[in-house]
Amino acid sequence: MTDWIEACGAEDIDEEDVIRFDHAGRTFAIYRSPGNEYFATDGLCTHEKVHLAGGLVMDDIIECPKHNGRFNYKTGAARGAPVCVDLRTYPVKVEDGKVFLQVG
Amino acid sequence: MPAGMVIVGAGECGVRAAVALRENGFDGPVTLIGEEAHLPYERPPLSKQAMTAPDMPLARTILDAEGFARLGVDFVGRNPAARLDRAGRAVHLGDGRIVPFERLLIATGSVPRRLALAGSGPRIAYLRTFDDALAIRARLRGNCRVAIIGGGFIGLELAASARSLGAGVSVIEAQPRILMRGVPAEIAAVVHDLHRGKGVEIACGEQIASIEDETHHILIRLAGGHAVEADLAVIGIGAIPVTSLAESAGLAVDNGIAVDDRLRTSDPNIFAAGDCCSFPLSVYGGRRVRLEAWRNAQEQGALAARNMLGADESHAAVPWFWSDQHEMTLYIAGLADEGRSVVRRDLGGGAFILFGLAADGRLVAASGIGQGDTVARDIRLAEMLIARQARPDPSALACAGTKLRQMLAA
Ligand SMILES: Cc1cc2nc3c(=O)[nH]c(=O)nc-3n(C[C@H](O)[C@H](O)[C@H](O)COP(=O)(O)OP(=O)(O)OC[C@H]3O[C@@H](n4cnc5c(N)ncnc54)[C@H](O)[C@@H]3O)c2cc1C
Ligand code: FES
Repeated sequence: MTDWIEACGAEDIDEEDVIRFDHAGRTFAIYRSPGNEYFATDGLCTHEKVHLAGGLVMDDIIECPKHNGRFNYKTGAARGAPVCVDLRTYPVKVEDGKVFLQVG
Repeated sequence: MPAGMVIVGAGECGVRAAVALRENGFDGPVTLIGEEAHLPYERPPLSKQAMTAPDMPLARTILDAEGFARLGVDFVGRNPAARLDRAGRAVHLGDGRIVPFERLLIATGSVPRRLALAGSGPRIAYLRTFDDALAIRARLRGNCRVAIIGGGFIGLELAASARSLGAGVSVIEAQPRILMRGVPAEIAAVVHDLHRGKGVEIACGEQIASIEDETHHILIRLAGGHAVEADLAVIGIGAIPVTSLAESAGLAVDNGIAVDDRLRTSDPNIFAAGDCCSFPLSVYGGRRVRLEAWRNAQEQGALAARNMLGADESHAAVPWFWSDQHEMTLYIAGLADEGRSVVRRDLGGGAFILFGLAADGRLVAASGIGQGDTVARDIRLAEMLIARQARPDPSALACAGTKLRQMLAA
């Protein structure tokens, strides 16, 4: 079992938005869905290693800012050219208004 | 063999179309015909990472052999389509093979415009293909002097890459400023200063009088009297659409293979898409344009595929483009020359966006520049506003505190 890491406050992320979270030399993207749930994936696009947190969240899609490749951030699945490699996802929980990540 | 869907040109557009045919449920034969010796690959890295990567770069493949097999697409490489027989509905390939089609997509792209007086010596280069990139890369050394003729996107990206490797770089542009086509002067000025600050020399308003091969270097004489000595000259003076196949088969050509809003040529069974075609841009009332842009190639490939299958869908996308130069990236949505008035939004750290508004207040273009992807999200949202023909409040556009996303929701 790996530890839960405190990443940010639940209100630090707007609804239908994403922020970047760096931890122990790695970078993650944490999402808040329109349905007010929280998700986390690897922080970098699988196409050119661009930070996904600069992109746009639309429903359950994160669109990469660089060339508009798309992923489902809930499952990590690549959803459109030019991305073809899926993102890794990580468990998230919210407790006492704080978002925790299990980065494994 | 039953005639199926045939695509000529295995670039970004052709491959995207092949994939889209399958995604939209077509299960008949799909043949993708290419002339290059590589699997289809992405062109944008050629002026960027392919130049600067420390190790010999590999072409960044769009779809590999396994991908083609999985999709059941017959990829025919190194075999140019030599002739189009419209009456017989077949494409004749270079090796004599005849490929019949039910519907055909021409996605032959574009090639660099040649500079006649440059000739074709070993120190003269153009950049379009992976092989071109390897040839240029092999000549780029820290102490070499590169002259880049043409201050457009490809020339300037290459200038940035060559400079970052330590080469001496001179850009020679005939127009009064760089990026004359499609980029507002205010942004071109920032790009100019950026290059200057990195030590790239830029001479604008300079016509070339002659290019002489002096065995150990070349001498580029400018009409104004100056001369530039270089070890390598890369010519980036624009691209011309590859229309010969279409033209000799009698299809209408107008600054590219002329298609309607369904991407159909003057023959209803033949479509054209990507860099090779000119099409009516619906967001601007049907103004006929030809784009040389990566996402456009993808979107048009996918749209052509749907229409080949009978979707009868009109092109509605807004042009979108990016360019990486040094540590800055420029993003453009829409065509900047459509704007009659301009609103500027500053995002901090020198990043800014120019919004172009039409006389009736419609947002028609957005061009921005900044470190990395600073302006990317706003440009993407602006693109959506342009598509909706929105008339955003100019004072809200000017204020970085007002989120474009809220305007989109409004
Ligand atoms: C160096 C470089 C950097 C770029 N950077 C950017 C960028 O940063 N951002 C951006 O938006 N765009 C960029 N572009 C533009 C983008 O790559 C093009 O818009 C895109 O590749 C167009 O796709 P296409 O499939 O229409 O044409 P192409 O990619 O040109 O593909 C056409 C293919 O058809 C083949 N072909 C032609 N005739 C025949 C025939 N008779 N038979 C068989 N095959 C044939 C060609 O060999 C080619 O492989 C760049 C282009 C280059 C060259
Ligand atoms: S870097 Fe994300 S789509 Fe290219």
